[in-house]
Amino acid sequence: MNFIGAYSLTNLKFILQGFLITLEVAFVSIIFSFILGTVLGTIRYTRFPALAKVTAIIIDTIRNLPLLLIIFFIKIALPQLGINMTAFWATATGLTIFEGAMIAEIVRSGLNSIDKGQIEASRSSGLSYMQTLRHIVMPQALRRMSPPLVSQFISLLKDTSLAIIISLPELMHNVQILSGHQFDYAIPALLLAAALYFIVNYMLSLIARRLEARTY
Amino acid sequence: MEKFNVHVVINNWDRYWEGFINTIQVSLMALVGCFILGTIIAIFRISPVRPLNWIGTVYVEFIRNIPLLLVVFFFYLGPASLGVPLDGFVSGTLGLIVYTASFIAEAIRAGIQSVPRGQSEAARSSGLSYVQTMLYVILPQAIKIVLPAVGNQFINLVKNSSILAVVAGMDLMYFADLINSDTFLPVTVYTFVALFYLVLTVPLSFAVHYMERRFAKSS
Repeated sequence: MNFIGAYSLTNLKFILQGFLITLEVAFVSIIFSFILGTVLGTIRYTRFPALAKVTAIIIDTIRNLPLLLIIFFIKIALPQLGINMTAFWATATGLTIFEGAMIAEIVRSGLNSIDKGQIEASRSSGLSYMQTLRHIVMPQALRRMSPPLVSQFISLLKDTSLAIIISLPELMHNVQILSGHQFDYAIPALLLAAALYFIVNYMLSLIARRLEARTY
Repeated sequence: MEKFNVHVVINNWDRYWEGFINTIQVSLMALVGCFILGTIIAIFRISPVRPLNWIGTVYVEFIRNIPLLLVVFFFYLGPASLGVPLDGFVSGTLGLIVYTASFIAEAIRAGIQSVPRGQSEAARSSGLSYVQTMLYVILPQAIKIVLPAVGNQFINLVKNSSILAVVAGMDLMYFADLINSDTFLPVTVYTFVALFYLVLTVPLSFAVHYMERRFAKSS
């Protein structure tokens, strides 16, 4: 182990650059997967019979596949069908699809947790189905969903490391490069990476816990 | 060029099969390993002994907040840098065990704590020992929460075992890469990989749903 050499200014910069890419791809994916998840989850909740069924099958299939396979497929197989993406956008797309399917289930169970009596009351006081969904059900469901949503975002941030398989220069990729250069940098570099992931995720999990405390 | 070609699977069946069997093997070994380790950590977390409690909490909080790949790399790059290299299969399996144990530990803890405290007090005061209380009173009830959670973690293990491909761990994704570099038909190769995973994960998730519904009804 060589901590002094591993933590030289150049190496630190290299690792932090990787972490910046990790945060960027995570941020983009969080936004898109939240949008996709909300749409899919709502479709599954509203039960337009055929559409809900198809959505359910798609969601369950994606949830049962490894994310690594999805990311790899987008980067390696899709060009064969004429769809080319950079490693960054292939990762973001893979994360959006996979985490979006996960979030859809969170959204659906959040919507399901709202008492049906409220919907009946709102409908009989003259609101349309869409108005009821938007003004009565959604705001309450969102508050209940927020703790599991934040934990899903923590998973997402961790899952960005899978982009190593398509050589996105994110944190884990740079750690591997550094350890390949100099064997005795491996453990110090891994410890630093662990600290970086831990700090961000632990802060997120503290937020999740506060949200949880507020809901009751 | 044909983009979808079933012959790829027939011609490379041996390699698909070897990867598939290795994926099942890793998942099963990791399941046993992380159940044992997870139980120990869970006991630490609910133990009244301060240092043990502290170790359990730090383990769970730390491991749950770092990526699986990082844990695997600790077993892959770490020992190699100290001069005792582990191969991808071993370091991948160890990584899966250490990572998944933190989730199993939380599930077991939640299960045990879901049983009202009064029950263990009642059992203890009617003469049962601590171990008897756990075995005959607490655990049979806790299992309702623990079993579906462990089932879910098993599904995750099957999916997460694909991480072995990153460390050349001989799993399904690794062999798929070999087949792909021979055939250059990634759409076919990886669609079949997806089917192999679904053959394992879909029945498992039906089983977990069934357990969840049954236990929900009985309580």
